[in-house]
Amino acid sequence: MTEPLLKVRGLKIGATAYPPGERPVAIKIVHGVDFELEAGKVLGLIGESGAGKSTIGLAAMAYGRGGVEITGGEGWVNGRDILKERLRSIRRLRGAEVTYVSQSAAASFNPAKKIMDQVTEAAIYQNKFSKAEAEDRAVELFRKLGLPDPETIGNRYPHQVSGGQLQRCMTALALCPEPDLVVFDEPTTALDVTTQIDVLAAIKEAIAATGVAALYITHDLAVVAQVSDHIMVLQQGEMVEYGTTDQIINNPQEEYTKALVSVRSIRHEEKTPTDTPVLRVENITARYAGTTFDVLKKINVDIHPGQTLAVVGESGSGKSTLARVITGLLPPTDGQITFDGRVLAPALSSRPIDDLREMQMIYQMADTAMNPRQTVGTIIGRPLEFYFGLKGKAKQKRIQELLDEIELGDGFQDRYPAELSGGQKQRVCIARALAAKPKLIICDEVTSALDPLVADGILKLLLNLQKIEDVAYLFITHDLATVRAIADSIAVMYQGEVVRYGPKSQVLSPPFDDYTDLLLSSVPEMKIGWLEETIEHRRMESAGN
Amino acid sequence: MLMHPVLKLIAQRLALGLLLLFAASVLIFVGTSILPGDVAQSILGQSATPEALANMRRELGLNDPAVTRYFAWLGGVLQGDLGTALTNGRDIADSLGGRLKNTLFLAFWAAAISVPLAISLGLLAVRYKDRWPDKLISAVTLTTISIPEFMIGYILIYWVAIKWRLFPSVAIINDSMSLGEKLNAIAIPVMVLTLVVLAHMMRMTRAAILNVMQSAYIETAELKGLGMLKIIRKHAFPNAIAPIVNVVMLNLAYLVVGVVVVEVVFAYPGMGQYLVDHVSKRDVPVVQASGLIFAAVYIGLNLVADIVSILANPRLRHPK
Repeated sequence: MTEPLLKVRGLKIGATAYPPGERPVAIKIVHGVDFELEAGKVLGLIGESGAGKSTIGLAAMAYGRGGVEITGGEGWVNGRDILKERLRSIRRLRGAEVTYVSQSAAASFNPAKKIMDQVTEAAIYQNKFSKAEAEDRAVELFRKLGLPDPETIGNRYPHQVSGGQLQRCMTALALCPEPDLVVFDEPTTALDVTTQIDVLAAIKEAIAATGVAALYITHDLAVVAQVSDHIMVLQQGEMVEYGTTDQIINNPQEEYTKALVSVRSIRHEEKTPTDTPVLRVENITARYAGTTFDVLKKINVDIHPGQTLAVVGESGSGKSTLARVITGLLPPTDGQITFDGRVLAPALSSRPIDDLREMQMIYQMADTAMNPRQTVGTIIGRPLEFYFGLKGKAKQKRIQELLDEIELGDGFQDRYPAELSGGQKQRVCIARALAAKPKLIICDEVTSALDPLVADGILKLLLNLQKIEDVAYLFITHDLATVRAIADSIAVMYQGEVVRYGPKSQVLSPPFDDYTDLLLSSVPEMKIGWLEETIEHRRMESAGN
Repeated sequence: MLMHPVLKLIAQRLALGLLLLFAASVLIFVGTSILPGDVAQSILGQSATPEALANMRRELGLNDPAVTRYFAWLGGVLQGDLGTALTNGRDIADSLGGRLKNTLFLAFWAAAISVPLAISLGLLAVRYKDRWPDKLISAVTLTTISIPEFMIGYILIYWVAIKWRLFPSVAIINDSMSLGEKLNAIAIPVMVLTLVVLAHMMRMTRAAILNVMQSAYIETAELKGLGMLKIIRKHAFPNAIAPIVNVVMLNLAYLVVGVVVVEVVFAYPGMGQYLVDHVSKRDVPVVQASGLIFAAVYIGLNLVADIVSILANPRLRHPK
């Protein structure tokens, strides 16, 4: 039997934390992981954030990000243990034998240099190819990856191409030196779902065409099911399950893997609209100061009491701007908003305090939405004081009630945000919004920064709270699975317009308009071969037209 | 046809610079006008008769309203006429010209040595961050910036001029000297100025590059297997130019307008000494003219920094 391309044995990775005012503490990130990867194969690494996926991926290049250190184990690449080698010889491996594709190509390209120079840099520096050869290769890769103008796109600067194109350029960068192994670290996570499918297909084809092996890291099992031969499931730095893609998807053995496979299984029965919506948005048109085009064009939507309107669309479609207009942060240029039977003042500053109280917001980044120097009790207590004048015991009692509602037990009152997990932070933000006894909560991508299982918990909580408090949600998201899980009605936005709007059952059933069809069919399904089917289906359709 | 956005931005900056210079000229004029004391009195002395003072004031136009005098002065300045010095009746533009040339000569050589040195030391400090070369560079440059410049001047005179007899301690130059003789004369003042401005530029280079080194694209470069110095030079430096140029220009401005102490220590015939002499003699036209030239240098250099920052930004240079 031939030696595998990559053989990892007992890999241990750690870091040092510096808690303020205390002695430095050693943290273990990865506690002894073994795996192998044969030439030309793709291994998917899957797990939640903090599972150690990226850390393991970078260990294949003997690299520790920030203060991360590889503390033990062996990492054999092409028959030599790179974890034992000196930096000088490791540098000859990086960018030559093993290359890396990061999550954010936008951040990973140097803004001051042309794309071509960056794509060919490693190949030339590592003496794999001459400048002319490397550039020919790059153009060929640009073509294979389906980039427009493959001959000239390299002359552009990173900011001159779109996010999806840049992510393909990053793939070209990784493939240009003709490596044996590419580490793909969440390469499509930051992309819109409609862009993701094309990039995913391009990456898959490029892997197949070049015969390179790959470590494919992602938190999205449906994505990894499309590209990998084997899957390794990780949880908190340990391997939970390892198997072929078919086995992991269709016959998972471990509880944790089963939970990952069945994630997003929340089913929510749609409620019928009432006669009097709590919020009515009529003909809203808006633009930002100093610009000449409308970000929102004649938007009309209703939200009914105790129900959820999901606003779905790609980045830049105007979803968040709609929230800014409703809250009064951005006064519209035209149209009006009726809330609970009264017309709202366009600007935040001229709205009475009760209007402010009855409409609350929860944000995507719970981290930045809370004052890091206030305790959970203070954070939740603030709206109680501000809107209801609660003090002392009454306030404490209400804070505890709210903490019970969001399913956080005793002892959370005195904690600081830094001492909470991502999901717990978002729960505190929900409690803070609930404290104002609102009629409407605007949720702006509240689960987007969370791991799937944690996000599921938050969605379940929101649905429960809706039953108890009879609060309406305006739920902004780019994730269609989330929409399916909790919406009563849906508005699909595209380039500042609502292209499809109605009850969930109606919006999600055919006949579709072109954009909604594209959007819906781009969501990866937990099914092997879905990617090829969808791409093939689209080809047939466009050929048919 | 649409102007390239960069040209438009630069045109805006230039217009703003002119406006600023105009505002500075108003400030200088107002400032010197409200100074206590009377030019006529200071020219004629305490024993002057009231009639002589009145004549003198009329002759100097001191009785005209301030606005009239301002525009008369500004009009002259725009035509290159800076007026005549009250104390010796000489044309200011003539005497100032030679002084300005000397000041720029000293500033140029100090900059030619200190700027590349400061940036290289900054790069080295980043390369060996938190190790002994970094700490040594910081310690030495911070020490030299903390010692008053006249003190450094005297220390260097003691060692370099007196003990080792390498260069002269007095930096008097004139037009009949060759370039080599001139450079020999200003060697010690150039050393002093270099030591004074080094720390600021070095620290800024270090901070700006370290800031860039946090970026994801530096990690990309590391994962290409590039060496540290190459990464700093090729990937970090081009993105750190704007803040570095800003602090370099501030220091160049200092080299032109702020070196009076060094000029006095070395008896160097530059602008600073000339200005101080005439301030003590209450020679207002000279003070105004020098102030305006200093303001122009300051605004001009900062303008250059702004323009370089604009040009260094690839988003502005290559719009979508």
